[in-house]
Amino acid sequence: MFGGACPLPLSDYPTVQLAHGGGGRLSQILVEQLFGKAFSNPTLEEYHDGAILEAADGRLAFSTDSFVVRPLFFPGGSIGSLAVHGTVNDVAMCGARPLALSAGYILEEGFPMADLWRIVEAMRDAAIAAGVSIVTGDTKVVDRGKGDGVYINTTGIGVIRPGVEISPRRARPGDRILLSGRIAEHGIAIMSVREGLEFETRLVSDSVAVSPLVDALLTRYPEQTHVLRDPTRGGVASALNEIASQARAGMRIEEGSIPLAEEVRGACEILGFDPLYVANEGKCLAIVAPEIAAAAVEIWRAHPLGREAADIGEVVEEHPGRVFLRSTIGGMRVVDMLSGEQLPRIC
Amino acid sequence: MRFVDEYRQEADARKFVEAIRGVIRRPWHLMEICGGQTHTLIKSGIDRLLPDEITLVHGPGCPVCVTPIEQIERAIVIARRPEVIFTSFGDMLRVPGATSDLLSVKSEGGDVRIVYSPLDAVRLAEQNPDRQVVFFAVGFETTAPANAMAVWAAQEKGLENFSVLSSHVLVPPAMEAILSSRESRVQGFLAAGHVCAVMGYWEYEPLAEKYRIPIVVTGFEPLDLLQGVFMTVTALEEGRWGVENQYARSVQRDGNQPAQDLLKKVFRTCDRAWRGIGEIPNSGLALRPELERFDAEKRFAVEGIEAEESPDCIAGEILQGLKKPQECSAFGGRCTPEHPLGAPMVSSEGACAAYFQYGRAEAILTAMPAIDE
Repeated sequence: MFGGACPLPLSDYPTVQLAHGGGGRLSQILVEQLFGKAFSNPTLEEYHDGAILEAADGRLAFSTDSFVVRPLFFPGGSIGSLAVHGTVNDVAMCGARPLALSAGYILEEGFPMADLWRIVEAMRDAAIAAGVSIVTGDTKVVDRGKGDGVYINTTGIGVIRPGVEISPRRARPGDRILLSGRIAEHGIAIMSVREGLEFETRLVSDSVAVSPLVDALLTRYPEQTHVLRDPTRGGVASALNEIASQARAGMRIEEGSIPLAEEVRGACEILGFDPLYVANEGKCLAIVAPEIAAAAVEIWRAHPLGREAADIGEVVEEHPGRVFLRSTIGGMRVVDMLSGEQLPRIC
Repeated sequence: MRFVDEYRQEADARKFVEAIRGVIRRPWHLMEICGGQTHTLIKSGIDRLLPDEITLVHGPGCPVCVTPIEQIERAIVIARRPEVIFTSFGDMLRVPGATSDLLSVKSEGGDVRIVYSPLDAVRLAEQNPDRQVVFFAVGFETTAPANAMAVWAAQEKGLENFSVLSSHVLVPPAMEAILSSRESRVQGFLAAGHVCAVMGYWEYEPLAEKYRIPIVVTGFEPLDLLQGVFMTVTALEEGRWGVENQYARSVQRDGNQPAQDLLKKVFRTCDRAWRGIGEIPNSGLALRPELERFDAEKRFAVEGIEAEESPDCIAGEILQGLKKPQECSAFGGRCTPEHPLGAPMVSSEGACAAYFQYGRAEAILTAMPAIDE
């Protein structure tokens, strides 16, 4: 149903031309025949300067993100699917139901049109799966050599239902820290295909919209869900440190309770990476009232995206702003913010 | 995960801690040689599980930490050349030289690339015949065979555009330097298991005899280290010395013979300066004369470059186990992973990095919860 060749006649324009971003005839062909065909919906097809959406009562969540990932296609996804998942998840982390996205493209002159179509198809499929429409957009083309093929910016809005109040400041002592599944899969999948580090693995990125998990949790426990966060760059460790410092509370997590695939663990052991700092693109951290923690884990586990969900620790009064980890052998250490990038070790 | 989980069990860890408490009578200073061991000790919290009688002093086994500052400067000069693809293990890129570091050279436009194996650098040389590919060959006996293999492969393939900036160091001469120093407090060693997997441990037997000290070849998992500590403390309490092998699943007395043969074909021993410590006789490996055309120092004529260390950095004392990171006045203030004064703050095997990252700075320690809860 969603397959099919690039709708632009590739024989005419096998690659992106500067004029595709020039605002004239070629721009119109690109927008209407490529983007318009993929993202087809009545709001977009107005081809107006912006999208007009039905207003909802209550509060809106609003978020933006830019995607500059390399390589553009990686095991388990592409820059296209990632551009949808990333922003949908950011909106969901505000406790909102994602509604609509914008998509801005910066294309490099000479970029293969067939690859652009694959990326756009991936965006379309990801948006349909996440239940959002892509309703407005923009395209610019930069000179060859001035870009990395494709950069995408997406902005999303969503509606927050009454009673939901998500904020890092709401984390309070006694709250439990829940994690929706196995960590570090996106970062390791990307790493496995980077030049100089290629290693054989069946591992794929976890890139997915986690809005269904958020929806399931908030439908049942709108008030007892205090904080939501997707642990993307910097991983679970950095996300928890951010929350701890904003909430002025401490955290203690159990190393042994953090879900981690064997293959990811093996790769991290070999490269000398701490999986707590490796990026995720389809996971959710929730900080919830202690009395509903067990039931919340069960709600997540009942969903295909949350089968490995776990309660990984608690918010404490002591050591505000700091995250402690109890190691598998029973020792204690601080889990700090990531400084710079993790680099593969020597031996 | 097999070969990992077995060595990270809390119940077994407790048994070892109890066993150590059972034998220990007096205070002892033990040195773990390898920075990888230091990180396991701190990351898993073993340092705080052990009885107070044991002081762990962290050894010099951090390859990027002991790479001389002049060598980092030479790397920077070479990496800035437009015809060069400069390849390195990831660890090395953040290490500060006197003027810059390789990550900064990369951001300024230098073609600096991370490789995981030196053979990848050889492949890059084959793929880019119009560029000069240089590999920064640092490390102890553990990484030396793979680096030797890269030089050997480049020779076999007749590659004219591949060279290595070599700064290999050897463990036994460094141990001897520490033992013969009057300031040293070390009474027992946990030897570096992976170095011994290559070289065996026969080299350590004369050292143990001469200095009447127990040396226990030790692995890298938490339970390996606890067992290594137990074996060393037991020997000390019983007044024994000599070499024992905790890491028998990987290490044999004679080591890996093919790896050693390759080392001999490619390298010769030489005197080598260790960053922060100074020159140690016969403690390094240099290319054999017939392979000198693969020597990047000669190819790019950078031998003359000199560099000065930051006067605030006490990395040398840290690397010899004379001081702990938090005893440095710059630690956590003027020296952080974002603004390092010395290599031990940025290497994944550096003691300062371990203390900083896992919260062993004093102010935080007081907030650290009790262990037995």
